[in-house]
Amino acid sequence: MTLWITLAVNSIALGGLLFLLSAGFSLIFGLMRIPNLMHGSFFMLGAYFGVSLLNHQVNFWVAALASGAAMAVIGAAIERLLLRRLAGQELAQVLLTLGLSFIVADLCLMIWTGDPWQPPPPPDLRGAVQFAGLYFPIYRLAIVVIAVAVAVALWLLVDWTRLGAMIRAGVDDAPIARVVGIPVSLLFTLVFGLGAALAAFGGVIGAPYLSVYPGLDAEMLPLALIVVILGGTGSLLGALVGSFIIGFLYNFGQAMFPDLAYVILFLPMLVVLVLRPQGLFGKGTL
Amino acid sequence: MSAPVTRRAAPGVALLVIALALLATLPAWVGNAYYINVASQILLFAVFALALNVLVGYGGLVSLGHAGLFAVAGYTTALMLQAGQGHLAADVAAVGVTLVVSAVFAVLALRATGIGFLMITLALGQILWGIAYRWANLTNGDNGVNVSTRPAPFGISLAGAQSFYFATLVVFLLALATMALFVRSPFGASLRGARDQARRMTALGYNVWLIRFLAFLFSGFWSGIAGILFVYYNQFISPQIAALQTSAEVLLMVISGGTATLAGPIVGAAIVVIMKNVVSAYVVRWNMVLGLIFVAIITFMPEGLVPGSARLWRWAWRRAKTPQKTAPQKTTPQMTTPASRGDRP
Repeated sequence: MTLWITLAVNSIALGGLLFLLSAGFSLIFGLMRIPNLMHGSFFMLGAYFGVSLLNHQVNFWVAALASGAAMAVIGAAIERLLLRRLAGQELAQVLLTLGLSFIVADLCLMIWTGDPWQPPPPPDLRGAVQFAGLYFPIYRLAIVVIAVAVAVALWLLVDWTRLGAMIRAGVDDAPIARVVGIPVSLLFTLVFGLGAALAAFGGVIGAPYLSVYPGLDAEMLPLALIVVILGGTGSLLGALVGSFIIGFLYNFGQAMFPDLAYVILFLPMLVVLVLRPQGLFGKGTL
Repeated sequence: MSAPVTRRAAPGVALLVIALALLATLPAWVGNAYYINVASQILLFAVFALALNVLVGYGGLVSLGHAGLFAVAGYTTALMLQAGQGHLAADVAAVGVTLVVSAVFAVLALRATGIGFLMITLALGQILWGIAYRWANLTNGDNGVNVSTRPAPFGISLAGAQSFYFATLVVFLLALATMALFVRSPFGASLRGARDQARRMTALGYNVWLIRFLAFLFSGFWSGIAGILFVYYNQFISPQIAALQTSAEVLLMVISGGTATLAGPIVGAAIVVIMKNVVSAYVVRWNMVLGLIFVAIITFMPEGLVPGSARLWRWAWRRAKTPQKTAPQKTTPQMTTPASRGDRP
């Protein structure tokens, strides 16, 4: 019983991290129609930034926010300077992000070496709480709280602000949004930066739990892909639901069938693709 | 766009004969076993790149999961051999398993086209990587699987670099011939039709889905053959080969050489393999170089080296034939270097 509850807590925590990762991925895909294959790199690079800041005795939350801000700038610059040159050539844009992801992976290996880094969680969130005779690691619960807070903030942003309305208009029909005077081009940069920031923030928040190591990017990217294929592109609700489904499947799969954890991830994708190719909450087709 | 190979027949045939003669005598003038092995690598990756080009070039379907198919064939061969089966049984099983996995890939990935196809193949490829990496009871995980012997078809041992090169060359020529037939066949034409005008093809009564499905199987078949060659070449296979890097490398071969041409993937394979060998000898940063080449080619020469060079060559030829006959003589040799390099496989 204890095992199941621990697994459930871990699953929810991983789901929360996956949401931070895939929310940006989904928004970028929804708006720009390209899967950003650098998204795992943003996550890993952000985590490494955070680790470096933590090594310099920076406060944990400051490090997470600073890493997110830095990645927002990097993401916006990549969109402006590189992706923008290939506007309209979706395939070239995707392959460009793939090429960049290799460069980032190698840079990280060069700078932060091949050893894994696992920073401790912030001081007030160490240890475990006891509830109904069971121990819960506080930090994993905190990850869930943070993810839910970010989800609510994103929902408020997208559904209740003018900027959000413009993003939604861009996701629904970019050419028409342009015609009615919405600066879609600026939105591309903003959303790309926001997605990068969320991924980096998630990377730092996740570092005490997942640790940071070379190959983390290649491990997170397919998870984000599967979440978005499951939940439907451009849908925040889809990203949220998909993240928790994958979080649960990944943890329970690994505990029950360690050899086949990856195959189990693929099952819901199979079902969704066969029955509902646009994803659980997606509007358009993939 | 479609097969420029067919147009200029006479110089094409001459080039082909020269190229064949060069390839057939290569071990004689290269000598060193290391370089013969590099040539074998180029040929086997050329088979893989040609296979991927069926989908990427002629089908307009960019797959980032082909490393999975390549690895499935390699692993099946290695595991069958480890289980004590003969080479023939292992190879047949490898082709069979690869075809089944290709069919599953195709059914799922063809729920979408374009970017969606790319995403699904990428996710599927990563799942195969995950199996190779995590299912340690079957695949021996990160430690990989050794293959102790190479086969000896018709009693000819392939243990040496030279005999293995010739075996690879035969398979490569078979693959190339099949591809050439495929490109000219009605099936090849219908695949290009499905790429350019899917709706019209449907309206004309073609089953676009089936055409793409069969093309995927065809591509999977040759990827599997390349995978078998690879595992015999290395006599070892590990999860690394199923990783996204491999898919990206092969895609880079196709794109850098030029999609939807026969020569393109071969030139691309040669460039990438040589670069990888040369770069790895001097620096540890092959991935960085791979990424940089990717970014550079996509940004500056998106059509690929072979069509790009062919364009330059035609442009130079026209300039050479028109009035000022003295000046262009100087520029022409500059232009021919990339063009002739491009045409020779």
